[in-house]
Parts: sequence; C-alpha cells; structure tokens
Amino acid sequence: MYQYIAKRVLLTIPTLLGAAALVFILMRLIPGDICLVRLGGGGGSFDPKALIACHAEIGVDRPFIVQFAEFIWGLVRFDFGTSMWSGKPVSAEILARLPISLEIALLGTAVAISIAIPLGTISALKQNTWIDVVVRVFAIGGIATPSFWLGIMSVLMVLDVSAWATGTPWMPPIEYVPIWQDPIRNLSMAILPAITVGYRYAAVSMRMTRSAMLEVMREDYIRTARSKGLVNKIIVNRHALKNALLPVVTLLGIEFAFLIGGLVVTEQVFNLNGVGRLFVLAVQNQDYTLTQALVMLTVVIFVFTNLVVDLLYGWLDPRIHFA
Amino acid sequence: MGAWFLRTGLAAMLAVGLVSAPRAETPKRGGILTYMIPADGGPSLDGHKETTYAVLHATAPFYSVLIRVNPDNPASTSDFVCDLCTEMPKPTDNGLTYTFKIRTGVKFHDGTPLTAHDVAASWRRIVFPPAGVSSARQNNFVMVDKIEDPDDTTFIIKLKFDTLSFLPALADPYAYIYSKAILDKDQHWYESHIMGSGPFKFVRYDIGQSIEGERNPDYYHPGQPYLDGFKAIFAPKESVRLDAIRSDRAALEFRSMPPAARDQLVSALGDKIVVQQSDWNCGNVLTPNNAKPPFDDVRVRKALFLAIDQWHGAEALSKIAVVHTVGGIVFPGSPFAATKKELEKLPGYWPDIEKARAEARRLLKESGHEGLTFEMLNRNVSQPYGIVGTWLVDEFSKVGMHVTQRVLPTGPWLAAMRQGDFSVALEANCQNVVNPIADSGRYLPHDLYPENFAYHKDPVQVEIYNKMLHETDPIKARALMRDFENQTIGVGAHQLMVTWWYRIVPMRSYVKGWKISPSHYLNQDLANIWLDK
Repeated sequence: MYQYIAKRVLLTIPTLLGAAALVFILMRLIPGDICLVRLGGGGGSFDPKALIACHAEIGVDRPFIVQFAEFIWGLVRFDFGTSMWSGKPVSAEILARLPISLEIALLGTAVAISIAIPLGTISALKQNTWIDVVVRVFAIGGIATPSFWLGIMSVLMVLDVSAWATGTPWMPPIEYVPIWQDPIRNLSMAILPAITVGYRYAAVSMRMTRSAMLEVMREDYIRTARSKGLVNKIIVNRHALKNALLPVVTLLGIEFAFLIGGLVVTEQVFNLNGVGRLFVLAVQNQDYTLTQALVMLTVVIFVFTNLVVDLLYGWLDPRIHFA
Repeated sequence: MGAWFLRTGLAAMLAVGLVSAPRAETPKRGGILTYMIPADGGPSLDGHKETTYAVLHATAPFYSVLIRVNPDNPASTSDFVCDLCTEMPKPTDNGLTYTFKIRTGVKFHDGTPLTAHDVAASWRRIVFPPAGVSSARQNNFVMVDKIEDPDDTTFIIKLKFDTLSFLPALADPYAYIYSKAILDKDQHWYESHIMGSGPFKFVRYDIGQSIEGERNPDYYHPGQPYLDGFKAIFAPKESVRLDAIRSDRAALEFRSMPPAARDQLVSALGDKIVVQQSDWNCGNVLTPNNAKPPFDDVRVRKALFLAIDQWHGAEALSKIAVVHTVGGIVFPGSPFAATKKELEKLPGYWPDIEKARAEARRLLKESGHEGLTFEMLNRNVSQPYGIVGTWLVDEFSKVGMHVTQRVLPTGPWLAAMRQGDFSVALEANCQNVVNPIADSGRYLPHDLYPENFAYHKDPVQVEIYNKMLHETDPIKARALMRDFENQTIGVGAHQLMVTWWYRIVPMRSYVKGWKISPSHYLNQDLANIWLDK
C-alpha cells in the first residue's frame, strides 16, 4: 500500500505543474491591473508615478517568463511569496483564514453525515412509504435551497426570535475566536454556518445513500443473508450499509474538499474570514501571487482528499487491492 | 469677501442634515467602540501609499497629522485646524512660505519624542518620495518647492507658487506623521506595522478580520480620547453590517448605508438609533469617449447630456440609492460650487426637460445619429453605480437612443477605460478634503491627467485651469471655476457630473461626539467620540 501511496503522490507533480501553468496564464488574461484597483478603485485621484512605482514594487513590470520561473521556483521551495495586495506573506494570509474554513468544513461534514446516512438508509428501507416521501422532500429542499439564502434567513430568524423573546435582538458573533480560546463563542459563531452548509451537503449525500442502499438491498448476497435467517439490523449494518457507502464516501470526499475553499457566499453571509472569501478577494483584486497559491492549495486538498477516499475504499471493500 | 465666504460656509454646513442633531453634552470617559469597516481588509497599512478608506478607517486612530479639517466642525469645507502644529500659520514671502511651530512634548507610542524632523521626514516621503516608494497623492503637491526643518519645533514648507489648493491638500487625512528614525532604517516598515502618536495605541490586527486599539494616555489633546479603546471589524456584506448594528454587535459603520438600510434600522430600533446625513464629496461622472465616433462629435455628446433629467431624477433616486444632490464639477457644499441658476445654463441641467430633450433630438438628427445605439460601461457595484446606470439607460431612451450596459468588476472596468475600450462610461469622482481646485484637475485632458478617460483635447480648458490654479483671490478663482465648468460641460461637453452622492450614517444612539463630514475619509481618528452608556 505504501508503494501505492508513493506512486499517487508522485503523480500529483504533473497535476500541480499543469494547474500552476493554467492559473498563471489565466490570471494574466483577465483584463485589469492590481495597482489600478489599489490606487483608483476608490474613485479618487492618484499620482501616475505611484502607478509605475507600484508595478515595479510587486514585480509585474518584468517579463512573464521571469515571473513564471519565479513562481515555479517558489513552489519547489514551498515559498509562495508575498501578497501583491497586502504585502504580507501569502502563507500568513492563508494560515490566518484556514482554521475557520477547516472548522466549518469539518462541522458541516459532521452535520451532513449525521443526517444523510441514517435518513438515507431509513428512506431506502422504507421505500415508497410516507417516511420515504418526507425524507425525499427534506432532501430536495436542501438541494433546491441556496445556502446563502438559508444563511441570511437563519440569522434573521435568530434576530427576530431573540428580539421577540428577550426584547433585545441577538445574532451570533461576527469575529472568529479559536475554539481553544473560547469554545462557546467559537461554536456560537460556527454552528449556524455549519448547519447551513451541512443541510445542502446532507441532502445530496442522503439521496446518494438512498439510491446506493436500494441497489445493494436487491443484491443476491442480501437475499442469501435473509435466507440464512439473519436479523434485519445485522443485514443492514454489516452487509448492506458498508457496501452502499462506497459512492457516498466519494461524494463526501469531494464535498469536503470543496467546502474548504468554496464557501464563498456562506462566508460572506456570516462574515467568516475564511479561505473562500480570500479567494474572491484575491481574484477581484487581481492579486496574482495569492490567487496562484490558493489554486495550488485547492489542488493539493482535492488530490489529498481523493487519496484518502481511495484508501477508504480498501477498508470498506476488502476485495479492493492497491497495487 | 469675508462675508461672502461666511455665507457660503454656512450653506456648506446646511448641506449636512442631521436627523438627530447632537446636543452639547459632557463627554463620559470609558468604553470600547466597536464599528465596522465595509471592506475585506485593506491592502498595506501605509496611509501615504494607499487610497482606500479601508486603510484609513482602520489606521487613522493611531496617527497624528500636521493639520486637519476641524473635528468639531467637519461639515465646513474651509475650517482647518492644527493637530500637531500649535497655530495655523499666516503665510509669508508673498504667500510662498508656511512656517509651522510643532507642539513640544508629543511622544510616539514607543515613547520616543515627536519633533519637526519627524514631520518633515513624513512630508518629504509624501511630496518627494524616494525611489521605490509610492506616494498616492504626490500630484496634489505640485506647488511645493522645499521642505525644511531647521530645529526640533519648526517645520517650513516653501511653495513654487501661491495657490488656494495648498491648505486643503495639506489637511490630507492620509498624511500620517511617521517616525523619522524608523523611516531612515526602512521606508517600507509602515506598510506592515503601526506606530504613531495618535489618540490610540495599536493592540492587534487579525488579518482581514479586525483591528484593535487602546487609549493613548499620553495624547496631547487634553482630555482626549474619551474611549478606552476601539475595535474595527471588517465586514464587506451589507446584511452583516445591518444585522450587527441591530443586535449591537457593532455601533455603526462610518462610510454610508443605503436609504433602505437606514429605514430598516430606524424602524427596528426606534430611539436607539440616530442618523447623521450629509452631501458627500463623491459623485458619478458620465464620460463619453471623446476620441471614439460618434462621441467625437460634440453635438452627440451634448445630446447625451441633454437627455438626462437630473433635477427630477436625483429626487427619485435618493429614495433607493446613496445619491441626493444635483451639482456641477465642484462639491455642492463648497463656496466654489455653481448655484442652481448657474447650473441651469449647462447641458444636462436645463430646468425644462422637454425643451432639453427636443434639443437633444435635434442635435442627434443634425449629426446623423438619430436612434443611436451604444453600450455604456459600468462597474459591478450596486450602490450607486448599478442604480444610476439603469436610470441613465432609461433617460437616454427618451431621446430615441438604444443603450445597453456592460457591467464589469473593478479591475476590468478600470482596464477598459484606460485602454479606451468603451463608448460611454459611468465612473466616479470621490475625494477626501473638499479641495475644489485640486479636485477639478481630474477633468483635464488625458495627456495632463492620465486618469481622465474622456480622451479629449482642449487647450482652452487647460489655460483656464492654469489661471485658476495660480489665482489667490477666492472670488476670481470662483469665476474661473465657472469658466472651467462651462468649458468642460457646456462648450466641450467632455464629461458630466451625474448626481452627487449622499452619506447616510445610522449609529447606535449611545455613540456621541462624532460629527459627519462630507467625506468618509475625514474625522476618523475617534478622539472626540464617547459612549453614553
């Protein structure tokens, strides 16, 4: 298995190089200029000499090939340079935002798993009953409802309910505090966004669990297990669910990787200073170095998550061997 | 002349409307003010280098400046007072030399004394930046010849020519006074660090999230600051800011909120909220590309302006957008601004809109462009670009023009204008201290003012501007400003100011001492704010 892991890690190198070249070229194809956004975005006057000085300072006045070589050489050394916008190291910019994104992704995934797998299983086992209908409506609601709308509505609901109950409107904190510093404040900030993203995530996973379970429950080995006289609980938990989870795990992996950098709107709605918001800011400001680093981070997260999912396959289905 | 300025100064103050006018009360000491900055965090922390309010709202409380707009009378466009100097100087040498006496006993937050040498080092960095240092407002100081600091308490600025634009430029709120010792070691240190002599000492900065300051006990303005500290939270999403004020997670944001947000807060919080409002030294500018057919024809440009009913439009738009007042190229509260009667002579301001539109149709027919179709470039910012842009499209349709909008994010929008890749653009002019002469420089041709995207050539306009820049009599300068305005909008029809913006600041009623100004860049050091709770 170690050989397999080493092979997979080596295979990420061309993926990373391809992504690096792509993001480098695409960012430079977007019309505009970070120095212009910085100096002229507010609509005020600025000195044209400041624009030239800005270009020289961040190095965008050099030939593309020099900039690309510097970017790749930096990647090799895990040095992503400094943000063209803030002048701070890119690693500091990302590390400041990663904990909140990671926390929401983990909590959202926990919410999704705790809803999706039991409800998806029950829905499959109670196919075409009222329970199945209710669960499917709940799932379709989750898919159809945009997370940002759900987020705004949930904050408004908290505000209105608290105002009605206590006379003073209350909303969750709008600043992140690490969980080890103040767990209550941290969780009161994180819980609503986790439920908001977890609901949509759960809805998708629930439908996948249901359809996978329905398929597995019709397999010959399930019929054999029943004919052996095994109780339903053992059939479902030991024989059916484990096999049905293969596509669900794949989906959970992809969604988890997406949550780390893709919670753009949810992060804005709850004022979470996360990686998704940073991503949008970097693209808007045309901050090449920061965008490049964020794309590379996303690629690494996806590659790593896929590797973990592949390894989980082996645990879930012993017939799968890693060569 | 004095009486004239007094009258016009009063008019400027009346331009600031307070829904709840602050009463004179005895300030209370203590408390932490939490406010929001409607941005995702600024770029660097260096005020000399940056132009966004996100930097200013986060860092101004840490710094002193040489002179400033009077914090107790920020609505005035001509009331400048000392911050670090002891007395506003009377210029000598035929108005060419300004000698400032610097306060003694002022300390930087690291305990080192602040002297005239620090003031001079900071101003040299702004006016004559060393190689590798960018100074965003360097072009406001074309009149400065020399900066001298003969001793610890004397700071002298010598001018090449006397001009009315000098003092307002000197009151630049970004002109922080930095430590000479630090600048001598590293000119870029202040991009990522904070160390000033202002009312608050730096505590912490969580990148993109918040910044905190604590009271500076050694502050040189007696009794100030009143607050124990402050926390500024970055919150780009309007709904978050609105909810945060409603739930008292934050007391206010200093930039502005749209009318709907104001009304929502007033309705939800009643007397727990007060609103300060003012005409804003920002406005939208309609810029036809004077070098691109058919807008290279002055008749087409005039027709474009004549189609717009600003007088009725501004009133209707003010209910849904942060716009309010019709004005020319000068901030409406300034003594240099055109009166309504003066404006009504210019295309785009005619009082009889039917007559104006008939003239627009005639000009289009005469130039062979009846039913003109074009695309208007706009920025993807709703307040107020999106709303004003949509209104303009409708206005143009009333003279038979067919207009669509190309709405782009800030970067590509600026790039399209710089490349001349547009027919008509909706842009903005947003300045800090009201400095009519310097501010109107942005209407000069592209070869003189590279950020003017009308791409016009107009030697007459340039000649008038140069006369105005060197004129030291305010009455004559105002007359020249009318000529310049007439040349820009009337004769050349190069660009048109479309509705000035309106600043709306709802705040928790326990926030006292702060007075709104015509610019969200001014009066932001928080020294005079106190909390009544």
